[in-house]
Amino acid sequence: MLTKRIISCLDVKDGRVVKGTNFLNLRDAGDPVAIAKIYDQEQADEIVFLDITASHERRSIMLDVVRQTAEQVFMPLTVGGGINCLEDIRELLNAGADKVSINTAAVNDPDLIRRAAQRFGSQCIVVAVDARKNGHGWQVFTHGGRTPTDKDAIPWVREAEQLGAGEILLTSMDYDGTKNGYDLALTKAVCGLVNIPVIASGGAGTLNDFYDVFHQAGADAALAASVFHYRELTIAQVKNFLRERKVAIRP
Amino acid sequence: MIAIIDYGMGNLRSVQKALEQVGADARITQKAQDIHAATKVVLPGVGAMGPAMERLQSLNLVSVVQEAIRTGKPFLGICLGFQLLFEQGNEGGCVSGLGILGGSVERFAALKIPHMGWNQLRIQNTRCRLLQGVAENSDVYFCHSYFVRPSDREIIATTTHYGIEFASAVAINNIYGVQFHPEKSQTIGLKILRNFSVL
Repeated sequence: MLTKRIISCLDVKDGRVVKGTNFLNLRDAGDPVAIAKIYDQEQADEIVFLDITASHERRSIMLDVVRQTAEQVFMPLTVGGGINCLEDIRELLNAGADKVSINTAAVNDPDLIRRAAQRFGSQCIVVAVDARKNGHGWQVFTHGGRTPTDKDAIPWVREAEQLGAGEILLTSMDYDGTKNGYDLALTKAVCGLVNIPVIASGGAGTLNDFYDVFHQAGADAALAASVFHYRELTIAQVKNFLRERKVAIRP
Repeated sequence: MIAIIDYGMGNLRSVQKALEQVGADARITQKAQDIHAATKVVLPGVGAMGPAMERLQSLNLVSVVQEAIRTGKPFLGICLGFQLLFEQGNEGGCVSGLGILGGSVERFAALKIPHMGWNQLRIQNTRCRLLQGVAENSDVYFCHSYFVRPSDREIIATTTHYGIEFASAVAINNIYGVQFHPEKSQTIGLKILRNFSVL
């Protein structure tokens, strides 16, 4: 059967991993390619690079990072951050990304999802949704969580699916960075609504958090960054814990 | 030299780098003479069958691919490149494939679409040379919305379960096809590509 995925995410700025990492055996702990290789060896199911480079001129650095990674790491790679048009997507896919994750540009121009899916196939178009609890719903934010929008996450993921998104990367801004666990209510609401895979993101702190987001909320994949980078948990620990509890997980 | 056919459908560089990793000389090309000169041919690709066939036609590659297979060169179709080997797809109406193998390409009806992530191979043909050293229930990476239904079930090398039991790899004579992405399936994927490169 299809296994649940454990995804490691790296924030990359100007070609360097920004949230510090704690790989003691690495000569350069900020090198995204070297870190991707470690997660590859540890049997992570996927890697996400989130490019937070501010200036558009320096974006070619990210393409180099993707190229180098694809030469050395033979596992699925998603790249997000600052993608505005079909040409941005084409460049990343040609460099070796398997999927691209689009957030702000998709909110501003939802038809971009349709055009991208038509041109490159739904399977490589991930729509990233950053959401925060607001009354009875969850308000969608863009620009890395800085800009509130008038969209609610629930109708928005539905619209994204209908436009051709192949996957949703769902980040809870309320839980992100807290290490108090994933937002189970938000994740469950989205998983119950769409018929495409949902990656839960934001809040992973303990082994049980991973179990809960699969078992209680029905996520297809769980993404984490700092717990893996700081070696608070290893991919293997998470996978063993889940396998012992009968979650379908690749060894 | 292994020719990787470039018809503008997806991540060719990963296929090339994975073949190089296992020691093969792999070249991305859309030139007929390169494909004629190659000792083996790989047809990769992701996306939809209709646009893919249009691209192959506009690049005059349909007869080149058919000829390469006829000459008996080892041929590997990956994902969409695998689906294209068949007669027809039901994707957005009825689309004709290359028609090298009998059967159809159909959309999953149950569960989430795309079928995305790691799933297991159930080996049906233990003598398949592509699968030497590949253990039963090995996990490989899938990313697709359509699956192949070969009319000759004897060609099925592995199956995988996703709502239904579908053909995840086929092998017949010099023709191999895999629905998953060996170039993205870590150690087990590289083993399959190495097996292909030494055929």
